Order: sequence, then C-alpha cells, then structure tokens
Amino acid sequence: MTPIETTIEKHTIAVLVDNESGVLARVVGLFSGRGYNIESLTVAETDIHENLSRITIVTSGTPMIIEQIKAQLGRLVPVHNVRDLTLFGAHVERELALVKVQGTGDARVEALRIADIFRARALDSSNESFVFEIVGDTGKLDAFIKLMEPLGLIDVSRTGVAAIARGIDPLT
Amino acid sequence: MSNELSDEQYNGATILIKALVDQGVDTVFGYPGGAVLPIYDAIFKQNKLRHILVRHEQGAMHAAEGYARSSGKVGCVLVTSGPGGTNAVTGLCDAMSDSIPVVCITGQVPTHLIGNDAFQEADITGITRPCTKHNYLVKDVDSLAETVHEAFYVARSGRPGPVLIDFPKDVMNATGDYTPPLDVEHKTYKPQMDGDSALIREAVKMLKAAKKPIIYAGGGVINSGPHASELLTELVRLTGAPCTLTLMGLGAFPASDKQFVGMLGMHGTYESNLAMHDCDVMLAVGSRFDDRITGRLDQFSPGSKKIHIDIDPSSVNKNVAVDLPIIGDVGSVLTDMVEAWKADPTEQDKTAIEDWWVEINTWRKKDCLKFDENSGLIKPQYAIQRLYEMTKDREDVFITTEVGQHQMWAAQFYHFDKPNHWMTSGGLGTMGYGLPAAMGVQVAHPEALVVDIAGEASTLMNIQEMSTIAQCKLPVKVFILNNQYLGMVRQWQELLHGGRYAESYMDSLPDFVKLAEAFQAEGLRATKLDELDDVIKAMIDSDKAVIADICVDPAENVFPMIPSGAAHNEMLLGPEDKAEQPISEEGMVLV
Repeated sequence: MTPIETTIEKHTIAVLVDNESGVLARVVGLFSGRGYNIESLTVAETDIHENLSRITIVTSGTPMIIEQIKAQLGRLVPVHNVRDLTLFGAHVERELALVKVQGTGDARVEALRIADIFRARALDSSNESFVFEIVGDTGKLDAFIKLMEPLGLIDVSRTGVAAIARGIDPLT
Repeated sequence: MSNELSDEQYNGATILIKALVDQGVDTVFGYPGGAVLPIYDAIFKQNKLRHILVRHEQGAMHAAEGYARSSGKVGCVLVTSGPGGTNAVTGLCDAMSDSIPVVCITGQVPTHLIGNDAFQEADITGITRPCTKHNYLVKDVDSLAETVHEAFYVARSGRPGPVLIDFPKDVMNATGDYTPPLDVEHKTYKPQMDGDSALIREAVKMLKAAKKPIIYAGGGVINSGPHASELLTELVRLTGAPCTLTLMGLGAFPASDKQFVGMLGMHGTYESNLAMHDCDVMLAVGSRFDDRITGRLDQFSPGSKKIHIDIDPSSVNKNVAVDLPIIGDVGSVLTDMVEAWKADPTEQDKTAIEDWWVEINTWRKKDCLKFDENSGLIKPQYAIQRLYEMTKDREDVFITTEVGQHQMWAAQFYHFDKPNHWMTSGGLGTMGYGLPAAMGVQVAHPEALVVDIAGEASTLMNIQEMSTIAQCKLPVKVFILNNQYLGMVRQWQELLHGGRYAESYMDSLPDFVKLAEAFQAEGLRATKLDELDDVIKAMIDSDKAVIADICVDPAENVFPMIPSGAAHNEMLLGPEDKAEQPISEEGMVLV
C-alpha cells in the first residue's frame, strides 16, 4: 500500500466559475460540509463577457486532502477550471490591507516611519489616526500589522489573497 | 398541448410538461399544493405524463429512486414549496449517497415574495445544496426549458445523482418560448468517459502478474448500464480471479457463478473479506472504499497493489490511497481492459491462481452464513432462503429492502444474477425506503413480482404509501421479518453496550394483517415454521398487494460481522465465536 503522507501543506487554489447566484455558497458549503480549512478566500467577477468569476482559496491539509478538495471543487457543475497554483509552479500572490492606527506623539511618528519602510500609503489622516493601505504577500501584511499593534492598531480590513501564475498560460 | 397560445408561446407550467415529455419522462411521482397548482393544471390537460399521487413527499422520492434503479431511466418528482420540498430532502440525500438519477421539481412562492418568509416558503435551493448534485432556481420563463434539459443531463451523466429545480409560481404562469433539447456540449460539466489507455494496459500487466488477485465491484457498474455488468463478468472469467460485490453492486456479477465469493464488508462473507485482506492486486470497479467496506483503514488490505476504476475523480484516493487510478465510465474502461487483456501476450501464473483458490476454498468451508436450522422458530435467514427458492425461477423478480438486519439478510440470502433487480438504501441507510421504492419499481414493471423485504419498524416509517399502492392497484408484496425489535440497534446494544436494550423494543405494533386489509391489500401471517411456505406461495400467487407478517426469531443476529473499527481478518462469525474462543486461530478478536 502506498504510504499516506500526513504533513500539512498550504496550497493556493484558483477556481474559475460561472458568475451565477449561489456559486459562492456551493464552494463555501463544500469546505464547511467536508471539514476543509479556508485560510483566505477572495471572489470577484473577472470576465464580464463570459460572465465568469474567479475564486482564490488558500487552504491547508495533507496531500490527500488537497487532492480531495480539488476533485470536489472540480465536480461542482458551475466550475470551469480548478488550478492548484502551489503545484502549478511559479506564481505571484498579493493581498491588500487597510490598517487603522490611533495615536499621538512618538507612537504616531513611529507608525508613519514603519509605514514608510513597508511602502504603505496613508489613505486617511486625522489628528490622532491614520488609515494605511499596504499591498504585499500575506507574510508582509502580517508583519506590518504586528508592528502596528503596540502603536495603536484599532482596525484592520484585508482582502484575502489574489494569485496568478507567472508567464503565459491563462486559467480558462 | 392545450395551453397553446399564438406563435408557439406557452405558459411556464406547459413548457415544463413539454420538456419532461421530451426528456422521456412517462411517470411523475408527486403531491400537489398551492405553489404547484398551475403545473397540476397543465398535467390535467394532457395525457403523455402519468402522475402517481403519493401520500408523503419522501415516498415520492424513494418511488422515483426505485423507478430509476430498476429501469435505468431518470426518475421524476413533483412537489410543492416549503414542506413539500423539505419532506423530499431525505430522499434527495438518499439518491445523492447512492448516485441515483432523479430530477425533483419543487414549487416556490412567486419571485417577488422570495425572501419575505411567505406562506409555505422555504429556501429549498439553500437547504438542498449539499444533498443534490446540482440545483436551480428558475427566475425567467425563457430559461425554463433549457434548465429542465440541463437538469436531466446533469442527473444522468457522469456519476448520476439528484438534481432539484425550484420553480416560482409566477414563472409557471408567465408565457415564453419552448426550446427542445439540443445536442450541445455542456459548457462546464463534461465527465471523462474513456479511461487512459496507457493506464489500462498497465492495469492489465499488474493483474496478469498477480498471484492473489481480487475484483471488488460496486454500484458504479450497475449505474454504467447492463453492458458494464456483462463486461465485468467477462473480465472476471478472463482473469480467473475471485469477485466480490458491495451492497450496492449486487447483481453486477452473477451470484451463482463459482468465482463469486459473496458480498464484502461489515456483514460480508468470511471468504470475501479475507480474500480482500490477503490479496496482492485489487481491482476496484465503480466502488468507493466506503467505511462499511474497509473496516479499520490502516489494516485494510495492507499488502496489495490497488487499481481503482471510477468516473468520479473525488472517489479516488479519498479513503484509501490507490496505486493506479483510472478515471472513466466503468463500461468504457472495462471494454478497453478486456481488449487489452486479450492483446497482452503475458501468461498468468496459473499455479499461483490455483493455490489462491485453494486458500479461498478453505475460508469458504467455514460456511460463514450458517445458522441454527433446528430451533423450531422461523429464522429470518431461512425465511429469505425460502423466498429465494420459491421465486428464483422467475425472470422478473425485483427486491427492495428497508434498512436494518433484514436488509443484510436479504443481501446475504437472496441471490442476484442480473443488475437492476436489487434496490436498497446503501449509503444513507434510510429506514422507510423499501415500500415506496417497491412502488416505483412496480410502476416501471407492472407485470413483475416486486417484493419489499422489510422489517416491521422500517416499514412503518412510510406505511402511508400502502394507500398509494391501493389507489394505483399495484401488486407490491411487503415481506415483513417481524422480530418486534429495531433489530440492528438491538444487535449493537447486545454486542457493544452490555445488553442494555434502550428503546429498541417496540410494543403495541399494529396487527399487520388488519393493517393490510385497511389498505385494501391482502394480509397474511406465519407464526410457525410449517406455515412459512404456504404464506410465501399465497403471497406470490396473489394478484393484489400483500403484507406478509413473518414472525421470526426475535433474538437472531446478523453474522458474520466486522465490528466497527476492526480489520477484515477480525470478523465475528457467530454467537459461538463469543462463547467459545474470544481469540480464534485467525487472530479474530471480539469487541
């Protein structure tokens, strides 16, 4: 018998679906119903002519579970294509966060200085707060948010991961 | 069609009926209500569709399943909104688990009321999303015909399953165009039918090199059509390997064939489970390594190379890691495999196969299905044995079952040589399945002998369908093995819970003979051994519906048994196993 690999891996999966009512519920229901993890999920219409949406899911599990997730996604009727970007090869992942920091004096200056290092932009500013916009991979965003915590972090909104393969070869 | 308006325009209800007829539907099982009245009106005005008025929507679903499984066609159900739909949910789940093609049409409140908590409103597409293969909410009459055609395509293609169409009342009354079914490829749902030929040749090489091969087939063979069963039979004979079948697969290979080693799994035969455990190459065909089959996973057939043919990629490597998966329709892959076998010049090791059969035959000698034939009581196994003996010469016998001990005995003691003659709730294990399923089978095969092998508890769960059976004059036979217990629950309580029979005994059961008469059927009863044959004969000979109340030994248990969480070579063979030797020579352990 083939030995079963039990290490937990993190995978980024892109799913191209018909943009119709209930399609996100089908995908999310599949994950909750079968006990799979969702670390992040983004969805938006990406092709208005063909009426297609693209869902990007970051999930984790053993290789057997990851295979199951892809097979289960693949058999949903409105799903056009499922691509495991982690296995597919080189790809880029980006996430955007809006980070609100409240503070005055030294903490406020420090927040602005760190934002500069991370190339975060201040989208809004008041006498005692900033809203920063930061773009990067999940690790960069996590690091930035962690650094903001002692400086008056009060609110965060993140988009979740969007991902695309490098080179030609579109997901169709 | 009488609802015809000018220029080929029809109302939604009429479009639905036209689409159903064009999809080959001749029978709909249903129950009317406020939200489907326009459809019932359209049914009233035509004569191509027969409507069977059930007594509960669950009954409609199981009847459609029985109809589909015995005929190979897609079953069709029509129910109203709200409770109509929710009552159908158990049947949808059942069809999902057993991969049965059924299209269920539910009425819905008018579109402008959806989401307003209207009378008899339920979010049925939301409720049924996880228990249908796909579902639709039709919001526009112009997409209706296309949606119905697509629903039938999805239900019957690939791994079949239930599809639900939710149909708001205002759309039924709106007028639009009818589109006949078009032969166009579906834009996303295209199951892979043909297996990869290199993999098939590789599989043949593995099978030819095997010293202890086994072929383990399931419901996927039945779903692929009768031709797949013929090909399976041919392949088994070519290989000389033993063949075992799952509960869902019974009939895919002739039970009377000497290469058949019986059903496998929790209540499978000793020889099939040990052969699965000890084999060196396993060919799984349209079967899904269900937990009732594998037992303890880390001990499941530890020394074998596994080949798995399945149309559903999500069935592969789900529970058991296989060495060679072949994705494709069983019928198509087996066609190629039989050809590849004949083309491959490699010789099999015939001596090894003979030795393998010597080993299997020593297991067979255990006679694992034996039971006490001298008790003086009607043993449930004996009752089914007699039913089989007295009906086996007929070509047209269909058996359905409820769920529990009687179901396992039916699987063990009634033998099937052909596919599509055995209808049981395998995956979901739905008590109350057998009676409505038998009704559906009888509708599809009016002249056949259709017997629901039942337990008294299960059959009471949908007993109201006796009224449908009476109205449609269906000569369904209900063969109740009455032990006054929830037998399988009692068996587990006996074996695993110290004999504390919590709520598994039923007092105040109805008098089934009188119950039959109340439903205009014939009631028969056997309480003594010497009455059994007469009752069976009277049941078979009757041209009416019959309830035969067979009062069996209430203490009997189903053996062999692999207790939950145990391995295939850790079977309990019978009560004496427990009494005599807690650990037998084969390392069988008791739980």
